[in-house]
Amino acid sequence: MRIQVRLFAAAREIVGHGEVAIELKEGSTVGDLMEGIFSRFPGLKGMAGSLVFAVNRELAERSVGLRDGDEVGVIPPVSGGTDV
Amino acid sequence: MYEITEKPLSVEGVVSAITRRTCGAVASFVGVVRESSRGRQISYLEYEAYPEMAIAKMRQIEGEIRQKWEIEQIAIHHRVGRLGIGEASVVIAVAAAPRQPALEACAYAIERLKQIVPIWKKEVSPDGSTWVGMGS
Repeated sequence: MRIQVRLFAAAREIVGHGEVAIELKEGSTVGDLMEGIFSRFPGLKGMAGSLVFAVNRELAERSVGLRDGDEVGVIPPVSGGTDV
Repeated sequence: MYEITEKPLSVEGVVSAITRRTCGAVASFVGVVRESSRGRQISYLEYEAYPEMAIAKMRQIEGEIRQKWEIEQIAIHHRVGRLGIGEASVVIAVAAAPRQPALEACAYAIERLKQIVPIWKKEVSPDGSTWVGMGS
C-alpha cells in the first residue's frame, strides 16, 4: 500500500521535500511507517524521540494501523512558548 | 472563520467580520513578532503550517470553547511565510453578548492554539536559525 507522507518545519528541511510517498506491506502501522521513513531518510533519526504522527490529520499512536491512501503528517513539536 | 494566509493580517477586518448586533463585546488577541527571543536577536521569523490539520484543530478549539462559554462568533487567522519584527502572526477575535465569555474564550483560544495547532516558526538570527518547538 502507498502512504502519502507530509513533512513540516525541521523534518521537511532534513528530508528536502514536503511530501513523499512510502510503500508499505498491508497491515503496517504508524511505527512501521516511521521505520520506513528513517531508513530512507536517516537524517530524521536524530529527531525520533520528539516526532509525533498524524493519520488523516488526527494525532495517532505508533500502534495505529494504516490503510492504502492514508495521509500521514510528520509533526515536529508544535511551535509554542510564551513569546506570542 | 479560520484562515491560514501569507498575506498581512487585518485586526479590523477580523473584528468587523465577527461583530453582530447581538454582541456587546468583541475580545481580540494579536500575536506580534518581537525583536528578541531567549536572549537572541531576531532578524525575522518563518512560519509554516500543516494547513488542513491546522484548520481542523482550530475548529476543535471552537468546539471546546462552546462547551465552556456562551459565545456568538470566533475567528482565528494565522499568517505563514516570512514575517518581520512588529508584524502580526496571529489574530484571534471572539464575540459574545457580555464581555466575560469573550475575554476568557479569547485567552483560552491562544493557549490551545499553541498546544495543538500544527504551526511552526523558524527564528532567524544574525548568527543562525532554529525551529522553535513546544514548551520552549
